[in-house]
Amino acid sequence: MRSDDGHMDVALTINGKPVSVRVPAMERLLDTLRYHLGLPGTKEGCGEGECGACTVWLDGLPVCSCLVPTFQCRGRDVKTIESIDPASLAPMLESGATQCGACTPGVVMTACWVREHPEILKTHTMRELLAGNLCRCTGYDGIVDGMTRMLDNSGGANGKYA
Amino acid sequence: MMGASGPGALVPFAGGTDLLVHWPGNLVAHERTYLDLSGVGELRPLRWTDSHLEIGALATYWDVVQDARCASELPLLVLAARTVGAIQIQTRGTWAGNIMNASPAADGVPALMAYDATVVLASVGSGGGVQREEVRLDEFYLGYKQMRRRPEQLIECIRVPRRAYAVSVFEKVGARRAQAITKVGAAIARSEEGWRVVANSVGPTVRRCRTVEKMLEDRSPVRSPEGFAPVLAKDVAAIDDIRSTAKYRERVLARVLYFALRGLAAGVV
Repeated sequence: MRSDDGHMDVALTINGKPVSVRVPAMERLLDTLRYHLGLPGTKEGCGEGECGACTVWLDGLPVCSCLVPTFQCRGRDVKTIESIDPASLAPMLESGATQCGACTPGVVMTACWVREHPEILKTHTMRELLAGNLCRCTGYDGIVDGMTRMLDNSGGANGKYA
Repeated sequence: MMGASGPGALVPFAGGTDLLVHWPGNLVAHERTYLDLSGVGELRPLRWTDSHLEIGALATYWDVVQDARCASELPLLVLAARTVGAIQIQTRGTWAGNIMNASPAADGVPALMAYDATVVLASVGSGGGVQREEVRLDEFYLGYKQMRRRPEQLIECIRVPRRAYAVSVFEKVGARRAQAITKVGAAIARSEEGWRVVANSVGPTVRRCRTVEKMLEDRSPVRSPEGFAPVLAKDVAAIDDIRSTAKYRERVLARVLYFALRGLAAGVV
């Protein structure tokens, strides 16, 4: 798998499509997405797993792609912001869940994960689930409101989560 | 999971949440050789036996958060897991990595230590078979980032005895609740085996406060946070570092213990 020039061939599924990439052995998934696969929607914020701007799903769970080496994704399933239907984000936009937009792709990946797993709200509040996505603009209320409306629209909600 | 023991040693690699921090600029880390464990499926699960919970070396915080039995039987593990970073870190970070990274501020370690967990270290013996050594977690740390582990040993699993707990308290003092590294932390448990009081991010290693435990066993009267202050100096040897000062840590830990234990421990009123 590793060749003499320190690169690796990695076959994985991204947004439902099988892809194969040749990357430096310890390249971060974030860099592979942005610079090898033409998927710049995933943003780099802090590079230390704190801000959540680079959030993607790895085998269906949210992770910071700045802390995932691409080689560990071989045979696995990655979903990025590019896989999200823009129309489904109308509730977020209407609620003022985004301003400068730097955190938004990560916020959306977390929000959509909660939408797919509403059972998590039995044990976690939305604010705890959002704790890994820092936003310097909105004060979070717009994001939580947008998530609540998104859940209402998806039929997964009937109450106050925040 | 990590733990290089010198130049040339292989660095075990699991969730990467410590090893990949600021990776592009961390040129020293680029020179190391990593041993990826992620393909070793048998290291992944949580396994419940009659007497123990066995946490595989690749089990993540999220695996524990999602295990309903952990929440009811070993709640400190879930409380600790939910304070580590946020969900994006909890889905990747491993308990074994938390032990091997050996940070004094580790949040998983105090919960495990309060439950008398042991670390199972595996290596290949001279005959080619697997050799195992089981070390108590409260005897695992010898000093700052120093562990009772040889370079050829890997953590195979962490064994947590199953006991009935009358008290389980997990306290974390940090700049904010999530995504913050602990300034002062404590895990407290009480079972038939007695009191366990573990402090993290206070001394150079996570460690048990044995004098405090003895005071609780003896029901020694403690009427204010200051009642714990003198014994804490003996138990934890608080340190100054970028996150806080020794003075602050001793003072806050005394208050954390007092207010957590008041009403729960017989002598603390």
